[in-house]
Amino acid sequence: MHIEILGSGCARCHSLEANVHKALQLLGKEAQVTAVTDMAQIMAYGVLSMPALVVDGKVLASGRVLSPEEVKRALVNAGI
Amino acid sequence: MLTLVADWFTYVLLRMPQGTVLSSAVQFFVYDIIKIYLLLAGVIFAVGLLQTWLPPETIKGVLARHSRLMSHVLASLMGAVAPFCSCSAVPMFIGFVESGVPLGVTMTFLIASPMITPSGVALLWGLFGARIAILYVAFGLVISIVSGLVIGHLHLERWVEDYVYQTKVGEQSATTLSLQERLRAGWNYVREIFRRVAPWVAAGVAIGAFIHGYAPADLLVRYAGRDNPLAVLVAVLIGIPLYSNAEGVIPIVQALWAKGLPLGTALAFMMAVTGLSLPESLILRRVLKPKLLATFIGIVGVSIIIVGYLFNAVM
Repeated sequence: MHIEILGSGCARCHSLEANVHKALQLLGKEAQVTAVTDMAQIMAYGVLSMPALVVDGKVLASGRVLSPEEVKRALVNAGI
Repeated sequence: MLTLVADWFTYVLLRMPQGTVLSSAVQFFVYDIIKIYLLLAGVIFAVGLLQTWLPPETIKGVLARHSRLMSHVLASLMGAVAPFCSCSAVPMFIGFVESGVPLGVTMTFLIASPMITPSGVALLWGLFGARIAILYVAFGLVISIVSGLVIGHLHLERWVEDYVYQTKVGEQSATTLSLQERLRAGWNYVREIFRRVAPWVAAGVAIGAFIHGYAPADLLVRYAGRDNPLAVLVAVLIGIPLYSNAEGVIPIVQALWAKGLPLGTALAFMMAVTGLSLPESLILRRVLKPKLLATFIGIVGVSIIIVGYLFNAVM
């Protein structure tokens, strides 16, 4: 599984990234987590509000800093 | 109700004597801080909830479909509701322009969004009263609409960075949320903003309480009163670099206003703090060529100054 955090390196993007790591810990899973800051790559997903959470190329949330619990739920729903 | 809590805290819990300057400053601080935190939570929750129906992916579709003037009005209203995160300014700009939203309309949105925020409105409401909060919002909307119309009229599309027009924007359908998820989003928005602004607000209210208690009332009238024609201009110039602490600035401005700073000067100062800022300009520089960035700052700055003088003349 490949998790991407879209954002331009702002504080909210960093907190989402931290929460993703916490969620993975809660789930006891490992995954590749990448912070995407390149605008062309971000725009290719069609997301306008940062930060956004993308799992295996699918946008799960945008413009919100999900809590670790919410990330966990989103990942489970995405079928990990 | 709140007065009782503040009185009890100051005179019973802290056992401060009544009627001294210090105890009334403490009482004032406790009363204000409780009232403002409650208002902040209420307004931010309401706006956070509203936002879940208006993600930018939806907004850009709406803005690309209407007539010129209507788009500007809608852009300013939606900008007022949309959360402003400096990290979203660039992707929103590219996404809007790419999907056919005119440059001027996009600028209206980007001007209204940081100038009118739920935390700012809640603070104005709590400190200055509902009437002035409404006036601030109304003038913020007008400034964003007029500035955007002017930029649109000047046809400055060539001053947008070239890569903006070459960027491919993917299709993204807005995700639908359940009511429970919307409520949670509103609550998360409250927590997120609170964590960021609560210390600034407390510091601002504390300084404000100090000014209320100690600063002589005629100090400001002498230097920044109605008779000083440069006051609004100077206030706006001071306001531009103060962005990150906007929430802390408002309580201080309120105290200065109570000490005789004219309302127009105070409002112009706050609009400059929120609407024009160095960090935001640096971010917008990534999509706007220097000439367009300078035009943007000039037009918004002049509009704010005009509103300030207008207020001082009328009220």
